[in-house]
Amino acid sequence: MGFFLETLIGGLMAGMLYSLVALGFVLIYKASGVFNFAQGAMVLFAALAMARFAEWIPGWLGFENQVLANILAFAVAAAVMFVVAWLIERLVLRHLVNQEGATLLMVTLGIAYLLEGIGQSLFGDNIYSIDVGMPKDPVLVLEGMFPGGLLINKEDFIAALIAAALVAALSLFFQKTATGRALRAVADDHQAAQSIGIPLARIWVIVWFVAGIAALVAGIIWGSKLGVQFSLATVALRALPVVILGGLTSVPGAIIGGLIIGVGEKLSEVYIGPLVGGGIEIWFAYMLALVFLLFRPQGLFGEKIIDRV
Amino acid sequence: MKLRKLAMAASLATIGLASALTAQAAAKEQYFPVLVYRTGAYGPNGAPWANGYIDYLKLVNAKGGMNGVKISFEECEFGYATDRGVECYERLKGKNGGGTVFQPLSTGVTFALTEKAAVDKIPLITAGYGRSESSNGAVFTWNFPLLGTYWVGADVAIQHIAKKEGGMDKLKGKKIALVYHDSPYGKEPIPLLQERAKMHGFDVQLLPVAHPGVEQKATWLQIRQSRPDYVLLWGWGVMNSTSLKEAQATGYPREKMIGIWWAGAEPDVKDVADGAKGYSALTLQHGAEPNSKVAQDILAMVHAKGQGTGPKDEVGSVLYMRGLLSSMLAVEGVKRAQERYGKGKVMSGEQVRWGLENLNLDQKKLDGMGFSGVMRPVQTSCLDHMGSSWVRVHSWDGAKWNFTSDWYQADEKVIRPMVMLASGRYAEEKKLKPRTPEECKQ
Repeated sequence: MGFFLETLIGGLMAGMLYSLVALGFVLIYKASGVFNFAQGAMVLFAALAMARFAEWIPGWLGFENQVLANILAFAVAAAVMFVVAWLIERLVLRHLVNQEGATLLMVTLGIAYLLEGIGQSLFGDNIYSIDVGMPKDPVLVLEGMFPGGLLINKEDFIAALIAAALVAALSLFFQKTATGRALRAVADDHQAAQSIGIPLARIWVIVWFVAGIAALVAGIIWGSKLGVQFSLATVALRALPVVILGGLTSVPGAIIGGLIIGVGEKLSEVYIGPLVGGGIEIWFAYMLALVFLLFRPQGLFGEKIIDRV
Repeated sequence: MKLRKLAMAASLATIGLASALTAQAAAKEQYFPVLVYRTGAYGPNGAPWANGYIDYLKLVNAKGGMNGVKISFEECEFGYATDRGVECYERLKGKNGGGTVFQPLSTGVTFALTEKAAVDKIPLITAGYGRSESSNGAVFTWNFPLLGTYWVGADVAIQHIAKKEGGMDKLKGKKIALVYHDSPYGKEPIPLLQERAKMHGFDVQLLPVAHPGVEQKATWLQIRQSRPDYVLLWGWGVMNSTSLKEAQATGYPREKMIGIWWAGAEPDVKDVADGAKGYSALTLQHGAEPNSKVAQDILAMVHAKGQGTGPKDEVGSVLYMRGLLSSMLAVEGVKRAQERYGKGKVMSGEQVRWGLENLNLDQKKLDGMGFSGVMRPVQTSCLDHMGSSWVRVHSWDGAKWNFTSDWYQADEKVIRPMVMLASGRYAEEKKLKPRTPEECKQ
């Protein structure tokens, strides 16, 4: 029982991190109807900026305080993500208003390759560290109840809390602010939103910037766990089944979907994996999402699309 | 009309002469195609290998070439993707008079190229990777897994564990987990481990990790549950550092972890630092060798002239040295071939194969080339394409790798029958007639 709980908790914490990456997909899809394949590349780009500026800034300004270096690096990396958002709107999206979804998807594929290449050219292609003081050693709880206790990974626990806080903040932003409502209006119909005076260009910059911040936070957490390197871009692949399952238009869907996928893949690897040779968690997550789609094609919380003829 | 024909004939003659001159100029250079991966998930590990490989070629040129023959080389980036690796091979194999050797640094690409290389008559050097049974030169006539195979690595890992436990008989009842990259590379040691498990009565727990290896929580929870006595790590790239971080996060002692030589370099531990303290890995003879003479020569004769391929502080690091050694073995193969077929001449693939099958790098020669303390002698033959199976263990102290064992040699009594069986099966499947010792003499 103790081992099952450990696996379950591990899965929930991993799922929370998947939700954070999935949120980037959802935000951009909600506001621009674009399935942003570049979300993983944005995570890599943002993490590289954070890691490198945290290393460079103390040298430029002549101090050694790691906390201050991290704060300044976060601010600079956020500014970099704003520039990225602005460039994407100015050079790409502006020219593709009301184009087919497939066209926009292919464009984001191009953006992904560009960001990966430019990111590694600007910031280097080595392995870089992000040290935000996350504890690395585990803690054992409920030792009286379970033999050997329940192992909780402190780093994952804190990361899950940060992810949960960001997800909650973004949900509020979408539901309760005028900008959030404008974002949703743009997502429903570009032309209708423009006709009532919503500035499309500004909204797109805002939403890509917000997705960039989500990518930055995800990049810091994953980068602190894995080191900042190219593999971070593949983290987005972990979030794809989450958005398939949760629905592309739902923030709560990203959260619940993330948790289901996180738990599902860990339990499957531990309990089914040994029976079939192991290494199944990645494809099992996709299979789980596809099974859900058989019953709810729009995902758990996605909007049902009804076209009247 | 006549004038037009004359002009056309003159033009064709000029073009023909120019091509002949170019071909002659190219023929003075030995062409080394270099398959690399500097980008993608495995780029941080592939780049230092490539830099070491190319820097050594530059060093040879700086010293006057191979008996006067200069080396030309060309990189092809394949991102550790098997299909792109094969594409690179096809693109480069016939250029500049033909590729001298190929070294794909990928077991997947090695599997894909094994048959092609035999048709194209280009040697495939796979120092420390590739198919383990390809050390049998009677069947795998174009493969050269020089210095060691994964069966050598797995065998030495078990010997090392036995030594720590106090003897082979102490392995009975022990549990050894293999955390491996779920690819041809990661699966290579399994037959040897199962063979050794049968011999000594220990259990092997197999735990595959999907590419690229960034998600291993479930794997390490299983390790926490089954509590193996030792964990063998057969990873590459980000998988290695992730394993070490997960070991720390689940409280598994790093002193009980032993990595293969592809899981024992700076990129694997640098980001983990103190978290990897006590972790050991096998070495393909060498470790980090920044003070070796060959590394110093490269700094003085290549980097000092602004011709270094990568960053200067990388020279002498573990994977840089691996690339450098791989390059040196290829160059020595060419030089050995020149001893038979003519010094100062460009060698063909077949001639280089003869050179690689007749390598004899004794200690004196190695010392003279600046490899003193870096590696032990290598002697190949037509039937033995590996040439040496010496391994040391080094451990991470939080800041650098230090050798922590004496030399081990893989047990031929265990490995040879496995090699013969597996290569025999391969020959049967592919309908190949193995070379006999008599044929080797030709």
